[in-house]
Amino acid sequence: MTQQIKDTVKAFIIENFLFGDTSYALDDDVSLIESGVVDSTGVLELVTFIEDQFGLEMADSDIVPANLDSLACIAAFIETKTAKVQPAEQAAGAA
Amino acid sequence: MCGFVGYLGDVEPAAAEKLLRRMTDSIAHRGPDEQGVYVSPGAGLGHARLSVVGLGDGQQPMASASGDLHIAFNGEIFNYVELRDELKARGRRFRTGSDTEVILHLYEEMGPDCVDVMNGDFAFAIWDGPRQRMFFARDRMGVRPLFYTEVRGTLYFASEVKALLQVPGFAAELDEIALDQIFTLWAPIAPRTAFKNVYELEPAHIMIADKGGLATRPYWRLDFPDAEASREPRDEVRAAEELRALLTDATRIRMRADVTVGSYLSGGLDSSIVSALAAPMAAGGLRTFSVTFDSAEHDESEFQEEMALAIGSHHSAVNVGPGDIASVFPKVIDATERPVIRTAPAPLYQLSGLVRARGIKVVLTGEGADEVFAGYDIFKETLVRRFCDRQPGSTGRPHLFRKLYPYLPGLQKQSAAYLAAFFGAGKDSLDDPLYSHRPRMRNTAAAKLFFSADLRARLAPYDAAAELAASLPERFSRWHPLHQAQYLESRYLLPGYILSSQGDRMAMAHGIEGRFPFLDHRLVEFASRLPPSMKLKGLVEKHILREATKDLLPASIGRRVKQPYRAPDSQSFVGAGEQEWMREAMSPEAIADSGFFDVSTVRKLTEKCRHQAVTGFRDNAAFVGILSTQLWNRSFAGKRAGATEAA
Repeated sequence: MTQQIKDTVKAFIIENFLFGDTSYALDDDVSLIESGVVDSTGVLELVTFIEDQFGLEMADSDIVPANLDSLACIAAFIETKTAKVQPAEQAAGAA
Repeated sequence: MCGFVGYLGDVEPAAAEKLLRRMTDSIAHRGPDEQGVYVSPGAGLGHARLSVVGLGDGQQPMASASGDLHIAFNGEIFNYVELRDELKARGRRFRTGSDTEVILHLYEEMGPDCVDVMNGDFAFAIWDGPRQRMFFARDRMGVRPLFYTEVRGTLYFASEVKALLQVPGFAAELDEIALDQIFTLWAPIAPRTAFKNVYELEPAHIMIADKGGLATRPYWRLDFPDAEASREPRDEVRAAEELRALLTDATRIRMRADVTVGSYLSGGLDSSIVSALAAPMAAGGLRTFSVTFDSAEHDESEFQEEMALAIGSHHSAVNVGPGDIASVFPKVIDATERPVIRTAPAPLYQLSGLVRARGIKVVLTGEGADEVFAGYDIFKETLVRRFCDRQPGSTGRPHLFRKLYPYLPGLQKQSAAYLAAFFGAGKDSLDDPLYSHRPRMRNTAAAKLFFSADLRARLAPYDAAAELAASLPERFSRWHPLHQAQYLESRYLLPGYILSSQGDRMAMAHGIEGRFPFLDHRLVEFASRLPPSMKLKGLVEKHILREATKDLLPASIGRRVKQPYRAPDSQSFVGAGEQEWMREAMSPEAIADSGFFDVSTVRKLTEKCRHQAVTGFRDNAAFVGILSTQLWNRSFAGKRAGATEAA
């Protein structure tokens, strides 16, 4: 699951922020800000993508570098967040 | 204000005059009123004149009474009246009322040290016949330009590089190191220019050229006290009074002209102050000029009108609407003669066109106040970053970043943690001489993503920031951090971009002379000695300037937070009304042909700019940088004009 999320997010980052430049060493732990891949407008684009792609709603408190500043952080955040959403939906469906 | 050209070396006399006339013609926009050339064995000068002082008797090139010296001069010596009186008192006789003749007398008396007593914006060349040498000088802050190159052992020089394109054997080629510098620092590091093998004389430098070669040296330095000394308290009331007196005098001597002097009025603090000081000095009332924007984000017309009303000026404005920036951008790059990463020069090109259409040749501007009195957000940013770095784990301190860049909505929406990350809080060493500018450099350099693989490979070991750091004076490390940041802005970005690409080149494209009271060297020296806290008090910029001028302005303007002059960037070129030249310049064929950028990523960038409502800083900088480089390439690369005439 995590790898699939990483691949999806990585594809978005390469296409949207690196304009298809696959020569860039986008390792899982590379800081997107320090490496200049994402700027302040880019963070807003990234949040919109995650919300749309993974059906999540991100609270203001979610939008922090600890959740979004590398592929590894993003994947872990999405996995945790979807894990919380799914049981709640299942519980709602069972009711 | 004018333009000049010339050479030193062996040029066949019959060809020399033709060449000088062609070179002068190519910069005729700088001096539409008169032209002249002077040819001597081994040297020649050409001049295009904008008549401002000594309308009837200031023709150039001008000879000294003895005939030994010939000068071509671009600019103004604002204290020429006082200097002439002193020279007359020493028995010197004048044939004209011009400031040009004052320079000749000063050089006769003082030699190269003559520049020490001049207060002005100038670049000039003096052919010193007896010594068989050419003497060059450029003003302290870099208002007026001077470029030179060597072709087959002959030195050629000009106010704009396009004149050098007329020299047989000279072919324009983009300097790729300069391109890297522009995509990192916004401007080349002088003496390097965007043209390979073309150099500029640095601000505050003189150069002597003779058969022995070229020798340059600075005659003035922007300096600051050591950090400890700069903190010593000063009486603020007295400092404000002294500042007011200096600024008033700086404005007064910049009103000297035999033509009407107008003023730019942006609606911000600086141009409002200059206009308010100038208004009572302007016979018949002051003429003021502004840019307005359809885009509410960029428009300041409300404040412009309020200020014009307050000082009773006769006000005119040129509006920038959709498509206007794109319409003039190719002409703008012809004038800047270098790639730029912002469109901000374009509205100023339109503004100087308005001034010319209204019959005015000279305008005052408020440029320079932000460098001299710490007005830019980058100074506050440095302060807040340092404050955060003192307590790296603080979750509260990064909220202060919200007080910066209030006009950037993408930034305002971020969490404190993201703000700290964007500004690199805790990332840069406090001992780094470029500490203040690291975030800007990182954000700008991110646009190098679009460089082609070949260009990246050629530039691979090069580091523009390292070159900048290595060029700093030894005493830099002893200065207060605010003064270090002010030096970087004033010594590099001011002459390298603000005064050139947005200043001289945009005004002179329409034969308009800009004058800058805040860049009077007496005022610059005074401000550099002020304690940092008088300039940036807490997070209030230009504190002492506000104190010194609070009676001059309506309260609403006196209290205004710095609104940097900006213009719409990539959005000016894409979407409805896209112009054919833009599509052609950014086409895969044109990108591949120039070879500087990657075809695929540039295509995707263009598409992204077309379809996205808000474009971030990097993408805007990249788009404008790429487009302007493409235009530069089209206009200049490989040009060998003059080759046939020389044959």
